[in-house]
Amino acid sequence: MADIKNYTLNFGPQHPAAHGVLRLVLELDGEVVVRADPHIGLLHRGTEKLAETRTWLQTLPYLDRLDYTSMIPSEHAYCLAVERLLGVEVPIRAQYIRVMFDEIARIKNHLLNIGTHALDIGAMTMVLYTFREREDLFDALEATCGIRMHQAYYRPGGVYRDLPDQMPKYKENKFKNAQTVKELNEARNGSLLDFLEDFTNRFPVYLSEYHTLLTDNRIWKQRTVGIGVVSPERALQLGFSGAMLRGSGIEWDLRKKQPYEVYDRMDFDIPVGVNGDTYDRYLVRMEEMAQANRIIRQCIDWLRKNPGPVITDDHKVAPPSREKMKGSMEELIHHFKLFSEGMHVPAGEAYAAIEHPKGEMAVWAVSDGANKPYRIKLHTAGIPHLAATDEMCRGHMLADATAVIGTIDLVLGDVDR
Amino acid sequence: MSAKLERLCRQLKESFGDRVGEPVINHGEVSVAVPAADYLAVMRQLRDDPAFSFELLMDLSGIDYSEFTGYQGMRFAAVSQLLSITHNWRLQVKAFAIDDEFPVLESVVDVWNVANWYEREAFDLFGIHFEGHPDLRRLLTDYGFVGHPFRKDFPISGYVEMRYDPEQKRVIYQPVTIEPREVTPRIVREENYGKGGGRG
Repeated sequence: MADIKNYTLNFGPQHPAAHGVLRLVLELDGEVVVRADPHIGLLHRGTEKLAETRTWLQTLPYLDRLDYTSMIPSEHAYCLAVERLLGVEVPIRAQYIRVMFDEIARIKNHLLNIGTHALDIGAMTMVLYTFREREDLFDALEATCGIRMHQAYYRPGGVYRDLPDQMPKYKENKFKNAQTVKELNEARNGSLLDFLEDFTNRFPVYLSEYHTLLTDNRIWKQRTVGIGVVSPERALQLGFSGAMLRGSGIEWDLRKKQPYEVYDRMDFDIPVGVNGDTYDRYLVRMEEMAQANRIIRQCIDWLRKNPGPVITDDHKVAPPSREKMKGSMEELIHHFKLFSEGMHVPAGEAYAAIEHPKGEMAVWAVSDGANKPYRIKLHTAGIPHLAATDEMCRGHMLADATAVIGTIDLVLGDVDR
Repeated sequence: MSAKLERLCRQLKESFGDRVGEPVINHGEVSVAVPAADYLAVMRQLRDDPAFSFELLMDLSGIDYSEFTGYQGMRFAAVSQLLSITHNWRLQVKAFAIDDEFPVLESVVDVWNVANWYEREAFDLFGIHFEGHPDLRRLLTDYGFVGHPFRKDFPISGYVEMRYDPEQKRVIYQPVTIEPREVTPRIVREENYGKGGGRG
């Protein structure tokens, strides 16, 4: 009889379903995964070390580069940590704006996750639709702060500037005639809030389209039901958070349990899974998008009625307006000192956690009173989830490894930091 | 919120007595220092004791205190952020490694399995050894990397750089060629800076 041996297979780092540069060493017995050993760090940029050599404000844009599919919530955790150390109050309008953009990021993140997850396991169509909706949200971000992806929009003490009164419009060119441009610009005639409101009206329809495409789809269910099952006890041991924890049936959401900003004023529900498999986590994410849509609407209503400042007037933390800076010596000095030497954060440490679309994202900031952080530890949701791949893949077929990687909502920028 | 945190502080003192340091509340979180000798036992009790029930280890990270302004003491610490879903509270546990030259702590992998990767990371970046860890390999740095990059005495640009050598037709490592520079210096201001009453 022939001698049958296990063999190892390198999955990635250049595999399209590895969501970046993940190297997964799989030990296979035939087609069954016996052991999965993820090798990470191929995208390690040493963000935490870099932060130690930059001022508190210069560190902020690095946070965008962590999870490059939902950038703004990472900034949020960092700003919260710095604000706690400084003890500054964030104006209420800025808090609403932050909550609104966090939820936009949540929709954006889940759209990408569900689209690419479906793409990985054989449903090509989904990604085309989800990217269409993401495009609208990117346009909204571009109108707000000029940048589509790495916004650096949240600042310690508030947000960089108020929401714009108008949206950029499409122009006629040799590819788009007057009729097409008119149709494309229909939603863009009002302010950003009008544009977003139009989006929230359209989005439930899109969501039901996704449900039609996937939820009862036989192939989708064959590929996801019963794959990567994690019991609630194991989910706690493995340090899960976010949709992964809720998918296993534990009702835990920082937005409800330890509310930050104005989440305690929002009306929304937390979806919870039952079986803890890939399909349940998919359903949790779908429902989270619907709930995020609700929160965005509440924010839009409030923001329409309540104008006000969006950043603190403490000029040791946030710069004065351009107008004041040009007219007053005092403000000019503030501006200069803030952008050269930077702000001094009182000695101490703060651990600020938020409900990132992928789970709990936290920044542990340690300051010794200097203009630069002493240590920044970034806790991103992806690490414990990826560490659990071994356990989730064991005993499954090779093809299911792709489904597991899709379900943990993996972004390597987030894991490697 | 703060009444709840004070209750946690009181319970910590009642249950552990002298085995842990004085719990302090800073910025809405309780922090406690644990001596290396009692570290594992305290952590196990924090998880199992229903008075605490910290089911989740949210984060474990190393820190190097060697250049902290005005600090004198042990250099390396492993800092854990615990979360209890039952009580909805958090706790930070700091364990200092006694030997600065060869920092060793006990591993908490058996208490929370998630610690596996966190401890590998702390070992990789700070060189803290975790006794009893099943698989203490490097996690983030390159295969064959030398040194522990997040220690304060490790330069930001590192020691070696990688490039393609056209003569040898392969990728080689060589000493770094970039000059270290600091655009904005690191400054710690004296106590009353900018508060008036000075010479100005």
